[in-house]
Amino acid sequence: MPEPTSTQPDAPVRELRVPANGLVLLVGVSGSGKSTFAATHFAPSQVVSSDAYRAIVSGDANDQSATADAFELLHHVVDVRLRRGLLTVVDATNVQSSARASLVKVAKANHVLVDAIVLDVPESVAVERNRARTDREHGAHVVARQRGDLRRSLRSIRKEGVRRVHVLTPEDVAGAVVVPERPWNDRGDLHGPFDVVGDVHGCAAELRTLLEKLGWAIDVDAAGSPVGATHPEGRTAVFVGDLVDRGPDTPGVLRLVMGMVDAGTALCVSGNHEAKLVRALRGAKVQVTHGLAESLAQLDDAGEEFRARALAFMDGLISHYVLDDGRLVVVHAGLKEKYHGRTSARVRAFALYGDTTGETDELGLPVRHPWAREYRGTATVVYGHTPTAEPEWVNNTICLDTGVVFGGHLTALRYPEREIVQVAAVREHYPPVRPLAPTVVEREPSTLAIDDVTGTRWLVTERAGRVKIPEENAAAALEVMSRYAVDPRWLVHLPPTMSPAPTSTTPGYLEHPDRAFAEYAEAGVREVVCEEKHMGSRAIAVVTRDEAVAARRFGVADGSTGAVYTRTGRPFFPGPALVDRVRDAVSPLFDDLDTDWLALDCELLPWSAKAIGLIKDQYASVGAAAHAALPAAATTLAAAAARGLDVSDLTARTSRRAENAEAYRTAYAAHVAPTHGLDGVTLAPFQILAVEGRTLAATESHRWHLEKIATLRDPLVTHTRHRFVDLTDDAQRADAVRWWLDLTAAGGEGMVVKPVEPVARVQPGLKVRGREYLRLVYGPDYTDSLDLLRSRSLGRKKSLALREHALGLEALSRFVAGDPLWSVHQLAFGVLALESDAVDPRL
Amino acid sequence: MLAKLVEKILWPAMQDTITIEHPPATACRHAAASGVPTTGAPCSIRHTAKVLLTLTTTHRPATDLGYLLFKHPDRVQEFRQSFGTVTVLYPEATEERCTVAVMLEIDPVRLARSSKGSTHDFSLAQYVNDRSYAASSMLGSAIADVFSTARSGRGDSRQALADSPIPLEIEIPVLPCRGGPEIARRIFTPLGWEVDAEPIPLDERFPDWGPSRYVRLALTGTVRLADALNQLHVLLPVLDEAKHYWQNDDEVDKLLRSGDGWLATHPERELITRRYLARSAPLAHAALERLAELDDSPVGTDHGDEAAGADGHGPRSPLHTLRHQAVVGVLRRLEARSVIDLGCGPGAFLDVLVREPQLTRIAGSDVSTRSLQAAARRLHLETLSERQAERIELFQGALTYEDPRFSGFDAAVLMEVVEHVDPARLPALERVVFGAARPGSVVVTTPNSEYNPNYEGLHGMRHSDHRFEWTRAEFRDWAEHVATEHGYLVELEGVGDVDPERGTPTQMAVFRRA
Repeated sequence: MPEPTSTQPDAPVRELRVPANGLVLLVGVSGSGKSTFAATHFAPSQVVSSDAYRAIVSGDANDQSATADAFELLHHVVDVRLRRGLLTVVDATNVQSSARASLVKVAKANHVLVDAIVLDVPESVAVERNRARTDREHGAHVVARQRGDLRRSLRSIRKEGVRRVHVLTPEDVAGAVVVPERPWNDRGDLHGPFDVVGDVHGCAAELRTLLEKLGWAIDVDAAGSPVGATHPEGRTAVFVGDLVDRGPDTPGVLRLVMGMVDAGTALCVSGNHEAKLVRALRGAKVQVTHGLAESLAQLDDAGEEFRARALAFMDGLISHYVLDDGRLVVVHAGLKEKYHGRTSARVRAFALYGDTTGETDELGLPVRHPWAREYRGTATVVYGHTPTAEPEWVNNTICLDTGVVFGGHLTALRYPEREIVQVAAVREHYPPVRPLAPTVVEREPSTLAIDDVTGTRWLVTERAGRVKIPEENAAAALEVMSRYAVDPRWLVHLPPTMSPAPTSTTPGYLEHPDRAFAEYAEAGVREVVCEEKHMGSRAIAVVTRDEAVAARRFGVADGSTGAVYTRTGRPFFPGPALVDRVRDAVSPLFDDLDTDWLALDCELLPWSAKAIGLIKDQYASVGAAAHAALPAAATTLAAAAARGLDVSDLTARTSRRAENAEAYRTAYAAHVAPTHGLDGVTLAPFQILAVEGRTLAATESHRWHLEKIATLRDPLVTHTRHRFVDLTDDAQRADAVRWWLDLTAAGGEGMVVKPVEPVARVQPGLKVRGREYLRLVYGPDYTDSLDLLRSRSLGRKKSLALREHALGLEALSRFVAGDPLWSVHQLAFGVLALESDAVDPRL
Repeated sequence: MLAKLVEKILWPAMQDTITIEHPPATACRHAAASGVPTTGAPCSIRHTAKVLLTLTTTHRPATDLGYLLFKHPDRVQEFRQSFGTVTVLYPEATEERCTVAVMLEIDPVRLARSSKGSTHDFSLAQYVNDRSYAASSMLGSAIADVFSTARSGRGDSRQALADSPIPLEIEIPVLPCRGGPEIARRIFTPLGWEVDAEPIPLDERFPDWGPSRYVRLALTGTVRLADALNQLHVLLPVLDEAKHYWQNDDEVDKLLRSGDGWLATHPERELITRRYLARSAPLAHAALERLAELDDSPVGTDHGDEAAGADGHGPRSPLHTLRHQAVVGVLRRLEARSVIDLGCGPGAFLDVLVREPQLTRIAGSDVSTRSLQAAARRLHLETLSERQAERIELFQGALTYEDPRFSGFDAAVLMEVVEHVDPARLPALERVVFGAARPGSVVVTTPNSEYNPNYEGLHGMRHSDHRFEWTRAEFRDWAEHVATEHGYLVELEGVGDVDPERGTPTQMAVFRRA
């Protein structure tokens, strides 16, 4: 936004206020000095000039045959800039009303104001200037014609939808100062904290109680009526409108709110009831329904002076406020994102009445489109208008009308704390038109839209900044997500991939703990934990205490109470049995962590429970082939040798392969255990990802996690063997290596090394897989090709691990913060999308 | 006549062919398949594991086998192939009995490495696989190459012997054999072999896992050596099937050449030809494969639509056609001008829709980008005139995500789609289609599970990806619930042969906005 400008400080100052997010039309004949004026008072990027676009589409700024195309482009640029809320100045003659009309239309479509600055110079001056210019061929006759158009324009321009017309004579131009003016509804400069109050509807007593409960000090007049209120912590109240009608004391409510607004301790937007009451008070013919009669009667009793004051107050209410640097929008009936901070009749209608479809329902009430379901804005929208039983967050919006006048509650939202404060109605003051919606049961699920996930997108994470999700990865993830994954409402997290430790050069080993320790030590980590790497299937378990919690916290009202899913979001076992078992097993944690739900990062064991198909199809098949082929080869070679043929090399190789193949068969068999349904299945939780109000994966140390999990005593839970290692202590390192060797010698997969305390931008974990286990990954004979295999590159895998980890944590913390489904889903989806990236699957 | 058969089998396959997936070591395979000796091959292979075939004769003098094969019995000979080394040696060479052994040494680690950078196949299966141990198309190629002279029937000094059937025993200790010993018998017995095929257990430590996909195969018979070698060359890959890639027209010529004299009269010639030439079921998109693998699921293949009656009974079930006709009939009756096929797959039904001149706008949406590419090819989208192409749009979408592009159609078709959606996600689909997109009409078809007993050999559901199959009553309940919920009227019909008890194989619901 440009600073106010002035060219000649000595000239008499003429202040020109223009809409900071709107359109400014420069109007004047050729040679009236528009371009000079624009260059003086506006930034080059704010000015779109017809001459410039003529040049762009034709190569010649004077080519009049290119005018149509030039304006098409100019209109498009104006449209885009206004949509983005940028002050835009059109430098064209704009002397014909049709030319202005098309630009005004663009501004209206973007719900912004239009001002005109008319440069009214005498014809002779313009003709003289044109003559002096070498790049222009406009003769005097052209200027004369334009001058005629301008004269007619000056009479009509104010009726064309232009808000202000600043007419400047050549003398005025010198002293002109352009002052961009924020819209009235833009109070981004106010940062609260705020107490946003829902529809009051004349319930003065409840309002007073609520304000007191919120900590406000009420000022009363001589008669004992509240006339103002202040908050000791300097909070500001914001009323969502519908102060009036239906209730017992509309004047009392108005008196208090007017006092607060006058004193600057409150803001108030207009509700539809205020709008109608204003019309009624002005004598317009309106239907006296929906509690209007009560207001009119009460205001009659309150006296003429009060009535006039109330009318002026209500008439002056604007339809919405944008607060806290655009982070909070308060409005009566809701507001979609593109209307935030905008001004037009349509915006006002939306703000007062919601997204009406024009239809009415069986009760004669207007049918409203559920705009909040589709809301994807970053600003929190707090509104009222539609009475609901419970205030509920839907996509970062919340409706605070809880029907106090119908015997419900009066509700306030503390912002930024996002805390709900309510008082119950003293009584039912007015019979409800329809029963308040019962809690949750028929709740409109917050739906996901295709635009939430597809296309190339950048997701903002706290840990890794902006993470790019390429379009083709998103496309692959869409298929998996939509065909195989659990209900997205359970999918509050997907686990990241994990890099192996840097490749070892220890003879005989591809991976070795030494390198993991060295890497962390180098990154400045002092203490790591070595956790046994269970050979099972990675599982995320999300469990709630009961159906009610599932419905309230996850919005899942189909009776399910949780989900246990794989790293690509697929459910593990059909039916609720596993979730029920997990809940039983971890139930002590609910009370311990004071939560109604838990998200756990686990390994589901044994491997064969989930992967039996893969084991049989791939691992055992290879084993069977080797097991049958190699002895036959050995027999053949033995016969050849007996004939005196020299097959000694071949024979040696064959017997070596036979040993490798047997080792390979041992390796997979170690992770096969009989299971029948859930019998034989266990779960090894190693981290408590999140609980109500806390993203524990981001805040707590692995020591804390393992200690909490160690308290669980249930046969379902397999505990994770682990040890802590002080990296500065060589003896501890050596012990850990021995521990790893023992673990893997006994058939274990290996271990994961993690920094004990969460650290940003350091690998969250490095896996160190056992020598034998790696046969399953690199093939039975990999130990004979170590020299080659060591040239593997880990960079991409590590980078993926960091990005996916950041996305997964962000998903959790957004869910914990109560962010809308789509915003959590984008991140979980992002993890899946990155997982489809082509990295060496053996890493 | 054989050429005709090949054409008949290939034709539908070629029409459906969308992409030819190359196996990881593309360059090497081309060299191997071309039959050109590949000494000093570009792929650096170190000898590792074993694949074995032995061939024995008891013709006297048995050592004449060396002349017939052009390989001296007292020498151990190595032949470099692109995928490894073939060693030919004679473990037994006496007057009475002479055995030649062919050993392949392949290193899968190297094999995979050599293709680095040239492949998008990032599945783990390329690194850990059975190619090192099991006879397969590689052994077939190796025989073709190493014994190419013998295979051609040339016998030089022993021409008469080369032209005569001689007693032969062939043994392959590990042969991948889809269909088990029975298939091996069906294929080799008509060629005059006595077949001894024994299943190899998957893992004797886990007896309930049953047999592996391998058999130990022993063939005994009196057969001309060249015929035996040619038969092995063609039939080893046929039995393996899993990893045989149909590549180009050369393969057809090769089959015809190698099959000369025995394939045309083979009772299983159709099976052999189809399996030999079968393009492998299109591999799932590399990225998807990778995701499946992360999940420890076997890497899947895209199945045809219909499990029942698909194998061995022609490439297409006529039920498809009936379904297409039924839905087109409904669309005509509804006088729909614009139609969206939700879950269009590779575009079989779109292909029907474009022939309906009254349709001015035809859209296909699917969650699989591969299917959409297939659909675009099938509809010849790139070569259609602008006017024609403007009628058609294809885009990726998922039925559980609201999508403005689904809106504004007279009719939407969900043909054999709902049963691929998890029951728990059906409400989302209902909201997206009936609640948000709100086309004038919606036509839904889905299997009638009551009809399933009419499919011989069908156990469970008709397709491995079906999440459920509904009875007529279940479908009616669902349809009526959806109609009530979203303000539609619904009528139900059957599609296909009517079984008096079990109804029709396909059931159809036609929803119209009330």
